Amino acid sequence: MNERPMMLSSVNRQGLTPRRVQQLGYGLLRLISLITVLPIFLVVVYIVVRGVPSIDWEFLTAMPREGMRAGGILPAIIGTVYLTLGTAVFAVPLGVAAGVYIAEYAADNAWTRLIRIAIINLAGIPSVVYGLFGFGLFVIFLGFGTSILAASLTLAIMTLPVIISTTEEALRSVPQSFRVVSISLGATRWQTIWRVVLPQALPGILTGVILGLERAAGETAPILFTGAAFFLPRLPQSPLDATMALPYHIFVISTQVPGMPVQIQFGTVLVLLVFVLGMNLVATLIRSRARARREW
Amino acid sequence: MSDIFEIEDLRLTYSDNNESLRGVSMRIPEHAITVLFGPAGGGKSTLLRVLNRLNDLADVKQVSGRVLFHGQDLLSPTVDVVELRRKVGIVFSRPAPLPLSIYENVCYGLRIMGERRKARLDEAVERGLRQAMLWEEVYDRLDASGFALSGGQQQRLCLARTLALQPEVVLLDEPTSALDPISTARIEEMMQTLKDVYTIVIAPHNVQQAARVADQAAFFLQGELIEWGDRGQIFVRPRDRRTQEYIEGRFG
Amino acid sequence: MTRQTKQTAPQQDRLVTLLIRLSGYSSILLVTLIFIFLMKEGLPALADVGIGELFTDRWYPIEGYFGILPLISGSLIVTLGAMLVSVPLGVGTAIYLSEVAPSSTREVVKPLVEVLAGLPSVVLGFLGIIAAAPLLRRLLDLPTGLTAFAGALLLGLIAIPTIVSIAEDALNTVPAAYRQAALAVGATPWQTIWGVTLPAARSGVLTAVMLGMGRALGETMAVMMVTGNAPTLPHGLDALFMPVRTMTATIASEMGEVATGSAHYQVLFLIGIVLFLFSLVVNVLASSVSFRQRKRAERLLS
Repeated sequence: MNERPMMLSSVNRQGLTPRRVQQLGYGLLRLISLITVLPIFLVVVYIVVRGVPSIDWEFLTAMPREGMRAGGILPAIIGTVYLTLGTAVFAVPLGVAAGVYIAEYAADNAWTRLIRIAIINLAGIPSVVYGLFGFGLFVIFLGFGTSILAASLTLAIMTLPVIISTTEEALRSVPQSFRVVSISLGATRWQTIWRVVLPQALPGILTGVILGLERAAGETAPILFTGAAFFLPRLPQSPLDATMALPYHIFVISTQVPGMPVQIQFGTVLVLLVFVLGMNLVATLIRSRARARREW
Repeated sequence: MSDIFEIEDLRLTYSDNNESLRGVSMRIPEHAITVLFGPAGGGKSTLLRVLNRLNDLADVKQVSGRVLFHGQDLLSPTVDVVELRRKVGIVFSRPAPLPLSIYENVCYGLRIMGERRKARLDEAVERGLRQAMLWEEVYDRLDASGFALSGGQQQRLCLARTLALQPEVVLLDEPTSALDPISTARIEEMMQTLKDVYTIVIAPHNVQQAARVADQAAFFLQGELIEWGDRGQIFVRPRDRRTQEYIEGRFG
Repeated sequence: MTRQTKQTAPQQDRLVTLLIRLSGYSSILLVTLIFIFLMKEGLPALADVGIGELFTDRWYPIEGYFGILPLISGSLIVTLGAMLVSVPLGVGTAIYLSEVAPSSTREVVKPLVEVLAGLPSVVLGFLGIIAAAPLLRRLLDLPTGLTAFAGALLLGLIAIPTIVSIAEDALNTVPAAYRQAALAVGATPWQTIWGVTLPAARSGVLTAVMLGMGRALGETMAVMMVTGNAPTLPHGLDALFMPVRTMTATIASEMGEVATGSAHYQVLFLIGIVLFLFSLVVNVLASSVSFRQRKRAERLLS
């Protein structure tokens, strides 16, 4: 017992003992993680520091003036809210229902595998390709034009896989015994899902929904040719109107408009960041609250 | 005493080709406690789950034979399983409250049936909890979560939930295996009063419990029904050597 | 008492079940629809422009040059560059989080990585223009900072959250017994990571890398904003420090200006088909790797 460690260390007499190697290795991993995390931290801090001075009441509530070089960004804020809600209207019912199907109904057969492959593919399709598809189907073929409706539908399809997978995961985490008990009391499968399983899975589903919508809210490529407007000095009046949106507005004011005041750029970026990270925070809060309350 | 179930040559194979029941034939009388006992894996639990078609949820490959409930074959595809499960309730080995309040746990079955009248629900909840001898302990906190109760209380809550539907048959699948001796005694005591109203079929926790509660008994070994009959016959003068050996504790 | 509820409950049930089933199948329908629409709009380009013309090295649509090779190579350069950044950082961070980090550190690092996953790519593109590109120009003494290199750095950052979260999952699913066995025969934790844990999670880590690559390949806004938008065919390694144009950026920047149904329009959809097929291959490969792994794990356990 006492000799073995000595033998080991004598093998590595050169100075690189396993202990030393481990210390170096761990140091390297720490360094890598720091390099990964530090830019994220810096990005957020930088945006906040440079953006906060631009934010005032007028900036948030006024129309853009002087070719967007002055005034506020209200139409872009409202537009992003509309697009996010529109996405939710289409993506949430369909995505949750599809997740319920896969978790609660689907048999283990070739069709189900095909559905899974389809979902994986939807998740992997580049966002700009969604834009092309949305343009082809909603704007041209169905004649919705460049509109909130077409853009929301496009974003909804893009968001679908996130909502489906998180719904499935949330449902699978609900103990099987709840289902057996409910069925044994004379409930049908749907009654069981509706009264017992879904309520328990709700926080998980909600978290997934918000994370999916967060992504939709920040996307630019899918709305470029389906619903985003370069400049509209008024608020959209109907779902068939085009709209300004924060992400596209950031693209516009940082590449398409010469002589753009930098504080407006940073202010707009900060507003989008708060919007998106705010959703992230809500999702995280729901998740941790539900974990703390869970009885099973 | 008439028979409520008549089982004829019941065979059941699971998808992994494990045959769990190999030609079981027996009758289960009304208003009595029928005990299905034997070593683990003998098919008791499977038989219980056939009686209210809960096996529909499991990976069953093949079922054959007949199980008559009031003379009607409950294996037939035209049987209304929802109706059947209301008449044949079950309590599982581990206490399994639904993630609802005590009140909602007990009236769950009624709500599923579409009962909305508060008075009916109140009445059923109180009756179920009284029959399960839990009322005195919980009547002042019906809105508390079912999980807030102790293990023994949870199991009685599950019994109350089953009884609230006023079934004809109550299946008990090792209902005391997760409980302490005192809770076990309460449940056994309860069964003796319940059998006046309900037919009880129980897979007991052990032979001792089987002998304590049985009116009728059936001994299962590896999917086979070795013998069945009334309590005296099985526990005092078993016909089969294996039954005798099991009762005497030589295996199991 | 139950007569009328008994009648309606199953009917309501059947309707709901039907709707749920249809929703379940909707993703197959959508993928098929997407593919059909891309084909419908894009395939005519093969006839109108000609395959020979498409695979040339000149992209200058205004004069009718539709060679997509510079765009494909632009995407590949930027994506490969991004992987050089994101694979070591992403996998390293995943190993750190799953095997080394104390839980207090984990609780800081993981949310930050999630924040990165949530950062819209225009925000990163904006910072690329305003901060990263000028810095790179000065540091590397280039005529412009808006190069493939800047794009690769940004894309590397964007791909990191995907790689970290999937690789960390893969490492976490390695049974604790494997590690304990290695430690029990005297391996150090570091040797255990390299000798046992990482090899056991190999296919999951590979999946992570592939999905990260898919993410980088499909990214649009950030690359469009920082790569300088020059559709030229690269010739050497120095291409990394010159402006390029990716497939995604080409679609995004030109789609708004083309006439519906024109040759240019068709070619843009054709590029969409190429991107679709790329992502199809990457995702099917990635998922088949993890499927196989799961099957093997099941065999081991049973």
